[in-house]
Amino acid sequence: MADRIDKETVNHVAELAKLSLTEDQLPYFTGQLDSIMDLVDTLSEVDTDGVEPTYSVTDQINVMREDVAQNWGERDALLNNAPEVADGLIRVPTIIDESED
Amino acid sequence: MNFETTIGLEVHIELKTNSKIFSPSPVDYGDEPNANTNVIDWGYPGVLPSTNKQVVANGITAALALNAEIERHPHFDRKNYFYPDNPKAYQITQNDKPDAHDGWLEIEVDGKKKKIGIAEMHIEEDAGKNSHGRNYSYVDLNRQGTPLIEIVSKPEISTPDEAYAYLETLRQRIQFTGISDVKMEEGSMRADVNISIRPVGQKEFGQKVEIKNMNSFNYVRKALAYEQQRQRQVLMSGGKIQQETRRFDEKNNTTILMRVKEGADDYRYFPEPDLPALDVSDEWINELRESLPEMPNERKQRYVEKLGLTDYDAMVLTQTKEMSDFFDKLVELGADPKIASNYLQVNVNGYLNEEQVDLADTKITPENLASMIKLISDGTISSKMAKKVFKAVTEGEEPKEFVEKKGLVQLSDPAKLQPIIDEILAANPQSIEDFNNGKDRAKGFLVGQIMKQTRGKANPQVVNELLMKALNK
Repeated sequence: MADRIDKETVNHVAELAKLSLTEDQLPYFTGQLDSIMDLVDTLSEVDTDGVEPTYSVTDQINVMREDVAQNWGERDALLNNAPEVADGLIRVPTIIDESED
Repeated sequence: MNFETTIGLEVHIELKTNSKIFSPSPVDYGDEPNANTNVIDWGYPGVLPSTNKQVVANGITAALALNAEIERHPHFDRKNYFYPDNPKAYQITQNDKPDAHDGWLEIEVDGKKKKIGIAEMHIEEDAGKNSHGRNYSYVDLNRQGTPLIEIVSKPEISTPDEAYAYLETLRQRIQFTGISDVKMEEGSMRADVNISIRPVGQKEFGQKVEIKNMNSFNYVRKALAYEQQRQRQVLMSGGKIQQETRRFDEKNNTTILMRVKEGADDYRYFPEPDLPALDVSDEWINELRESLPEMPNERKQRYVEKLGLTDYDAMVLTQTKEMSDFFDKLVELGADPKIASNYLQVNVNGYLNEEQVDLADTKITPENLASMIKLISDGTISSKMAKKVFKAVTEGEEPKEFVEKKGLVQLSDPAKLQPIIDEILAANPQSIEDFNNGKDRAKGFLVGQIMKQTRGKANPQVVNELLMKALNK
C-alpha cells in the first residue's frame, strides 16, 4: 500500500498551510504522508456499520453559556504578545484585500 | 437569442447579542481597537470555546421566521484558511449539519406574489477587521467572534427586482424577530450574489459569477441589472463567461473584475471537536415560536381588512416593528386608525428623518400622540393647530395640557360663533350683496373676517355651515 499521495498533492497541502518545501523535502514528506495514509487504512478495517460519527469526545450535550458579556481586560497583555503593534492595532505585512468571506 | 437569468443570494446577518458566539467578550466594535477581545478570540493554544445559548436560540427564531426545517442535531465545523482577520486560522461555522434548511419567503413584485426557496441557513462567527496602510495592514479583532447567521437562497430568483424584494422581505422579517438590527449601511446585513444566464430552454445553469461587497439593496439591484446585460453581450459575441468574483462600482453603475477563480476553494472542513453536541428539543422550539411577534404580512393584512387602511399605508407602517408596534398602540389607545397612519407616515417619519433619530430615541410617546389625534378627531383642535401641538409632543408635552395652556382650543360651539358671524355680516352689507349677485369670492372674504375676529380659532367647517345658512336666509 503506497503511492496514493503524489508530490502534487503534497505541494498543494503545503501551499494551503503556507509552507514552502524544497526539492529535497518533497519526496521525504510524500513518503511520510503516504505511510500516514496506511495508518488510516488500518483504522478503516474496523467495522463501523451503524455507528454514529463522533463529533466530540465529551459526553456533554447542550452545555451552553448564558449571553452575559464579560471583558477579561486582556487587551494590553495580548497586544504585548503580538509581533508588531501600532495604535492598539496588530500590524501585519501588507495584505491584498480579497474581501473576507 | 433569448436568455433567462438565475440569481442566488447569500446574506450574512449579524445577531444582536451581548457577548460573542464562542467567548464572553462584549459584542461592541465601536470601542478602542482590540479592547473587546480575550485569549479565546485570539485563538491562543489551550483555550476552549463555549457556545452562547442566545445565538442558538436566535438561529432557531430566524429559522421559524423563514419557514425553515430546523435541524435537531446541528453541529459546528472548522473552515480552514489563513488570513490575518482570524488568528485561529479557521472559522467556526456549520457545514454539513446547518441550523436549518428548506425554508421560503414570499415576495411581491408588481403585484405578483412568488415564493423563493431558502436552501439552508447556518450560524457562524465573524472575523476581525483589516485596514490597509501604505506598507502595512492593521487588524482590529473586536468584531472577531460576533455571531452571524448566513442565509442561502435557492437559485430561484429571476430578476434584479425580485432580488431586491427578497432582500427587503428578509430584512423586514428578521427585523420583526428582534434578533438583529439588519441595517445594511451599518454592516449588520451583508449580501453576496451569484448570477448566471442561460439560453431559454437550456437545462443546465450557465457559468455563475459572484458579486461581493454591496452595501445597499439598490446597489444589488443595479449590479445585477448591469451584470445580466454584460453576460448577455459576452455570450452574444461568442465569448465565454468565466468563474470570477466581481465588485460593484457605485460611480459608474457597473461591475469590475476582482479575481478569476481557479478550481473550488479548499477549506478542508472538519467537525469542530471543542464544542459540546446540541440537541434541539420540541419544547425549546415551541417556546421560541410562541415568543415570535406577529409578522409583517399578517399585520399588513390586519391593517387593510380590519382597520380599513390602504395597501400602501399598511406597507409603509410595517417597514419596521417599532413603527408597527407604535401604530398598534395608538389604535389600542383609541386613536382613529387613518389619522394615526397619516401622522406616523408624514409627521413622525418627517421628524425622524429631519432629526436623524430612531423613534425609540425621541420623546414622542404613543399616549401623547394618541391624545393629540383624539383632539383632532373630536374637533377640539384644527389640523393647523395640530402642527403646534405635534411639535410640543416631540418635546414630550401632554397635548391636552399644552392646548389648554396655550389657549389653542378650537371654537366649534355654534352658540358662540353665531353672534360673531352676525356681527361680521352686519358690518359688511356690500359682501352680502356681492354674494347674492353670484360672486363666490365674497364668501371667502367673510370667512376670512370671521377667522380674523376669532384669531384663527374658529372651526372652519362650523363657520362655513353657519355662514351659508345665514347667507341663504
